[in-house]
Amino acid sequence: MKSLADRPVNPVVGVPVSHESASAHVTGTALYTDDLLVRSRNVLHAWPVQAPHAHALIIGMDTRPALKVPGVVKVLTASDVPGVNDAGVKHDEPLFPSEVMFHGHAVCWVLGESLEAARLGAEAMEVEYQPLPSLLTLTDAMAAGSFQGNQPTVARGEPDSALINAAHRFSGEFEFGGQEHFYLETQASFAYIDEGGQVFVQSSTQHPSETQEIVAHVLGLANHEVTVQCLRMGGGFGGKEMQPHGFAAIAALGASLTGRPVRVRLNRAQDITLTGKRHPFHARWEAGFDDDGRLQALKATLTSDGGWSLDLSEPVLARAMCHIDNAYYIPNIEVHGRVAKTNKTSQTAFRGFGGPQGMLVIEDLLGRCAPLLGIDPAELRSRNFYEPGQSTPYGQPVRHAERLTAIWQSLLDRADVAQRRADIAEFNAAHPNIKRAIAMTPVKFGISFNLTAFNQAGALVHVYKDGSVLINHGGTEMGQGLHTKMRQVAATALGVPLSFIRLAPTRTDKVPNTSATAASSGADLNGGAVKNACEQISSRLAEVAARKLNIHPDDVRFDDGKVTGIGFHDRHLSFAEVARDAYFQRVPLWAAGYYRTEGLHWDSARMQGEPFKYFSYGAAVTEVEVDRFTGAYRQLRADIVHDVGDSLSPLIDIGQIEGGFVQGAGWLTLEDLRWDVSDGEGRGRLTTQSASTYKLPSFSEMPEQFNVHLFERATESGVVYGSKAVGEPPLMLAISVREALREAVAAFGSGGTAVELASPATPEAVFWALERVRASSPSSNDQERDTVRPPVPTSAL
Amino acid sequence: MDGIEIFVNGQAQDCSRTSPHTRLLDWLRAEGLTGAKEGCAEGECGACAVLVARPDGPEGSRWTSLNSCLPPALAFDGQEIVTAEGLGTAAGPCSGEDLHPVQREMADRGGSQCGYCTPGFICSMAAEYYRPDRRPGQGRKETGSREVGEQHATDHECGPNGFDLHALSGNLCRCTGYRPIRDAAYALGNPLDADPLLDRQNRPAPPVKHTRTGGGAQFLRPETLGEALEVMQESPEAKLVAGATDLGVEVNLRHSRPPLLLAIDRLEELRTLSFDDGRVEIGAALTLSEVERGLDGRLPLLAQLFPQFASRLIRNAATLGGNLSTGSPIGDSAPALLAMDATVVLCSLDGEREVPLSEYYTGYRQSVRKPHELLRAVRIPLPLAESTAFYKISKRRFDDISSVSAAIALQVADGVVNSARIGLGGVAATPIRAFATEESLTGQPWTADTVATAAGVMAGEGTPIDDMRASALYRQAMLRQALLKFHAEKATALEAAK
Repeated sequence: MKSLADRPVNPVVGVPVSHESASAHVTGTALYTDDLLVRSRNVLHAWPVQAPHAHALIIGMDTRPALKVPGVVKVLTASDVPGVNDAGVKHDEPLFPSEVMFHGHAVCWVLGESLEAARLGAEAMEVEYQPLPSLLTLTDAMAAGSFQGNQPTVARGEPDSALINAAHRFSGEFEFGGQEHFYLETQASFAYIDEGGQVFVQSSTQHPSETQEIVAHVLGLANHEVTVQCLRMGGGFGGKEMQPHGFAAIAALGASLTGRPVRVRLNRAQDITLTGKRHPFHARWEAGFDDDGRLQALKATLTSDGGWSLDLSEPVLARAMCHIDNAYYIPNIEVHGRVAKTNKTSQTAFRGFGGPQGMLVIEDLLGRCAPLLGIDPAELRSRNFYEPGQSTPYGQPVRHAERLTAIWQSLLDRADVAQRRADIAEFNAAHPNIKRAIAMTPVKFGISFNLTAFNQAGALVHVYKDGSVLINHGGTEMGQGLHTKMRQVAATALGVPLSFIRLAPTRTDKVPNTSATAASSGADLNGGAVKNACEQISSRLAEVAARKLNIHPDDVRFDDGKVTGIGFHDRHLSFAEVARDAYFQRVPLWAAGYYRTEGLHWDSARMQGEPFKYFSYGAAVTEVEVDRFTGAYRQLRADIVHDVGDSLSPLIDIGQIEGGFVQGAGWLTLEDLRWDVSDGEGRGRLTTQSASTYKLPSFSEMPEQFNVHLFERATESGVVYGSKAVGEPPLMLAISVREALREAVAAFGSGGTAVELASPATPEAVFWALERVRASSPSSNDQERDTVRPPVPTSAL
Repeated sequence: MDGIEIFVNGQAQDCSRTSPHTRLLDWLRAEGLTGAKEGCAEGECGACAVLVARPDGPEGSRWTSLNSCLPPALAFDGQEIVTAEGLGTAAGPCSGEDLHPVQREMADRGGSQCGYCTPGFICSMAAEYYRPDRRPGQGRKETGSREVGEQHATDHECGPNGFDLHALSGNLCRCTGYRPIRDAAYALGNPLDADPLLDRQNRPAPPVKHTRTGGGAQFLRPETLGEALEVMQESPEAKLVAGATDLGVEVNLRHSRPPLLLAIDRLEELRTLSFDDGRVEIGAALTLSEVERGLDGRLPLLAQLFPQFASRLIRNAATLGGNLSTGSPIGDSAPALLAMDATVVLCSLDGEREVPLSEYYTGYRQSVRKPHELLRAVRIPLPLAESTAFYKISKRRFDDISSVSAAIALQVADGVVNSARIGLGGVAATPIRAFATEESLTGQPWTADTVATAAGVMAGEGTPIDDMRASALYRQAMLRQALLKFHAEKATALEAAK
C-alpha cells in the first residue's frame, strides 16, 4: 500500500512549472466572473442602496420613485424573498435588513437595463431611517460591554503564581488595525436560469458549496436546484470565503424573479464599504521572564472587533488564541478571548485567519521587552523556541520543533546576518539622520481547519478512451496555484505527462459538499482526493495492463504516459492504449476521490485537542532604513527560509511565500483603515474606501533584495506527496519588517528602553515613535524639538 | 461628419454610438476585449492599462501606456490602441501559443498569480519594452542610499536592460509581492527589427480627428484653439478634457455627467515647449511624460517632482494645465511651480493675460480663471535658484497622493540667503507660498540657527487638517522637518563638494 507522502520515480510534482493559466493571464483571455457578461443578452445590472447611518431603524421604504427611472426593472426588497431572508450561516445577517447595522449597509437592490439605470434608480429610492446610537471603536465597545459569541479561554499551568515568581515582569496594551483584502477583482456574481431549469450562479467565491446553500435557502429551493460555478478569482485572500454568498443570492433572486440574467459586480467603493475585513484586535497582557529571558508566564485578554455580525469571528478568535504562542514555549499561560460587536462591516476571514493577530501580540511583546531585559531581540526569540517533546497551551505536541532551530540557523548563515549587523553598526555610527536595522522573526503555523468536519474533500477524475484526463475537485483557484498543483498531483498519480491533464472549473454539480478553499488546506485536502481518485483508476488500469504484459498488477508501473513492468527496459504500452483496452474490457475509467485528514480532534469549549495535522515553520530576516526627518523608510533586503515540506510546485510555493510576505508587510506598515468616529453626519463612514486613500504595497514597498529559500529534506509524512500548506504561514514572516522598524527607531535613541510602535507602522507612526525615542534620549538636541510634541501613543507599555 | 472609429489591435471598430460618458475600458469590454479590467476606476491600480500610439516628434510615434478606466472612448477617435489580447495569443482549441516577449517572461517567471492585474502589467511593461531611449546599463550599480538626500538606490529601480521600474509604478498586484514581475521586466531583451509594433513607432502617430457627436451629451474635439475658445464663450457648461485623469474620477466615482466634453489635449497651441534667456514656457496640454522628456532635467525641481507625481500611467495622460486647473491643494505640480515663481497664461477670445501662480488660487479648487478662459501655458522665469528640493510626504513612495508637499528654492551667496521661495501643498485649501518662512530666511546667514528659527515659522504655515492620509500634527511637523532636512542635505552636499 502506497503512503500518501511517497513519491514515485520521476514525479511531476516537485517540478517548477508556471501557473496553469499563465498564458491565458498574460494574453488577457483568462475569464473571470464579470467577463461572462458580454456573452449573454438581456442582462440586468444590480446596484445597492446603501444606508447613510452607522446604526438606524428603517421606518419607511418607497420604491415608486426608483421604478419611475427609465430602465429600472425591479427593486429587490425583503418582501421578494421566497425563502429565508439571510445571507450568512449563523442567521444573523439578513440579506435585506430592517435595522441598519453599519454605514453603507445595503438595504435593497435596484435592477436596471444598464448599470447607469440601476444606479439612478438607487439614487431615487426613498428610504426613511430612524438613527440609533452607534459603537465604532474597540475601546468604546469594551467599555459598553458590547460583545457577541463565545468567550473562550486557553489555559495551562499556574500563570498567576508563575508571574509572581518571575524575575522580570512586564505588562502592556496593544491595539492594532485590520486590513482590507483588496483583491483586484471585486465581488462578482452572475446568475441565470439555465436550459435545464436550474438556478445557475457564476460566482467569484472561495466556497461554492456554501454559496449554493445560501442561494438555495434564500430562494427556498433544495440544493440540487442550484449550481454554483467558480471559474477563477482575481484574488480572494479569505475575503471570498463568506462574503460572496449575499451577492450571489441577490443575483439569483433577481434572475428567478425576472427570468433574465442578473449581474452583480461591486465597484471598489461598494466592495470596501460592504464587505468584511481582517479583524482589528486589542490585547492586554502581562508576561514574566526568568533572568535568561525565558518566558515563564503569560496572561492575556484578546478582544477582536467583529463588526456587526459574527460571520467567522469565533473561529478567527480561536486561531488567534492558538497562535499567541507562535514559536515559543510558554509553560504557564491563560488567554481569554472575546469578540466585540460594533457598527462596522462584519469582519471575516483574511489570510492567516487570526493567526497573524495572535502572533503579532507575542512578537510585539518580545520586541518591547527585549531592551528592558537587556537581551538582543533575535536572541530572546531563539531562546524561547519550542523544543521537541513540548506541547502547545492547547495540548498539541509540537512535532518537528527542531526545525525552528534548524531554519533559524540556516537563515543566519544564508543572510550573512552577523556581518551585516556589524556593517549596520558602522553605518549608523556615521549617519545621524538615517538609521538601519535588521530583525529576525520566526513562524509556526498550525495547518487544518480548527473545525474538524471541514477537513475533507472530494474529486472527480475522468480518463477518456484516448488517454486524456479531465479532473474536477472541490477547491477553487484564486491565484494561489491550486489548480496547477492538482494537475501535477494527477499527472504524478497516473504516471502521465502534465499535458494529458485538463482541469475543469470548480462547480457544485461535479463535487458536492465541499469545504471552503481556505486555511491553506486547498492542496492538502483536494490533493488527497485527486490522488485517491487517480489511484483508483490506475489500480484498475494496472490489472488491464498486467494481463497484456503478463505480469502481476503490483508490478505494473506508470511513468510519463508509458505503462510498463518493474524491471522492463524495452517493453511498454502507451497510457492511451491501456485506457482503450480498459474501455473494451468494461473497466470504469473514471472515479470519485475522497480524502479526510486523519487524527484530528478539537474540543472548542475547552479549547483543547489536536486541531492541526502539522505545523508549518519559517523565519525571515529583514533590513530597513529609516529617515529621521519624516519617518519614511525602505526595506533594503529580506531573506526567508520556509518549510513547505517537499514542495509540490516550487515556483508556485515561492510565489506564495513572497506574496504573503509583502501582503503581511502591507498590513503591518501601510494599510490603514480609517472610520469617521466623529459625531457628525458621516459617523461610521469608512473614510478609506478607495485605492487613492487605502494604499496597498506597490513596487516601492517590496524589499529591494528578496531571497526566498525552501527548507530542505522536509518531507511531511501523512500529507499528499510529502508537501505542506503554503498559503497563509508566510504572511506572518512580515512581522520581521515591523520589528526591524522598531529596532531602527531604537537606533536613534540611547537604547535600553522599550520602543512602542503603532500598527500599521506608517511613516507617520514611525515618525512619532522616533520622536518619543529622541525625546527620552539625553543626547538629543533640544533646540530642534520645541514645537513638535509627540501625541500619546495608542499603545502604552 | 466622418464615422467615429478606433483601431484596436489592428482592426477598425465602430465607436459612433457611444456616449461621451462611456469610458474607453467599458467600450473595449463591450467589444469583447475583456482583458483590461476595472480594479479601482480611479487610475490607481493599472488593471485597465492599454497601449496607445502617441506622437513622438513629427516623424515618429511611441507606444504609450494609459489607464483606460479614465478617458472617454470618444477621445480616441481615429487612434490606434493595442490591448493584451493584441500582443499575443494563448494556446487554445483553435490556436497555437504565440506569446509576445513580455508575455513570455511574465508567464515563465511566475509574474501572474490570480492574473487579474496581469493584462495591465503586460501593457505597461510592453510600453517600456518599446521605449526608444531604453538602453542597457542605465542603472547604477550600488544598492541603498549612502547619504541623506542622495537619490535613492536606482539599481533596484532600473534593470541591466535599462528597464525603468517606474514604468510599472501605476500597476498594483495583490498576489506576487512584485519580485517575479521585476525579474520578468529586467530579463527582457530588445525588440526584433521585424517586430511590427517596433516598426509602427517609426511612423507618425495617427492624425488628430475633429470629433463631434450629436444628440444628448456631446463630445467635441475642436480643430483650432479659436474654435475651442468660441465654444467656451458660448457654452460655459463645457467641461475641458485633456488626459481625463481627474475628470475620469469625477465621472466614475462621483457620477458626474457633463453635458459637453471639450477635448483640448491635441491643440498645437497648447503643446509648445520653449526655452529662451528669460523664461521657459510649457504648453498646458503636454502630458507630464512629454514635459519630462522635453525638459530632460533642465528644471531640477521638476525633475525631482516627476518620478513622484502619481505614476507613469497617469503621467502619460495628465497635463500641467489639468493639474493646475483642477486646483487641488494636494496636486503636486503647484508647490514646485510656486517655488519657481511661475506664472500661468490664460487666453480667451479677448486675448491673453499672465497671472502669477501665487495669485492664481482664490479658494478650494477656485481660481481667478474665468469660465471662458483657457489655461494655455505655464511660464517659469530664468535663471533658476541654485539650491532646490522637492519633498513629498506620503504613505507610499511611488504612486501616492501627498499628505504634505514642500518645494524649496533658495539662492545662497557667501553664506547668506539672498532669496527664498517655498511652495507648499496639503496644508491649506489651496497650494500656498510660505511667505513668512521665506521672510524669516531672507537676508539671514545660512546656519543651523537660522534654519531652526525658520523651521519653527514654517510649522505655522497654512492650516493643516486631520484626515485619512495624515494627522494635522504630522503635517505641521513635516513642514518644519522639510526645512531641517533640506538644510541637512545641503550641508552634506556642501561638505562633499569641499
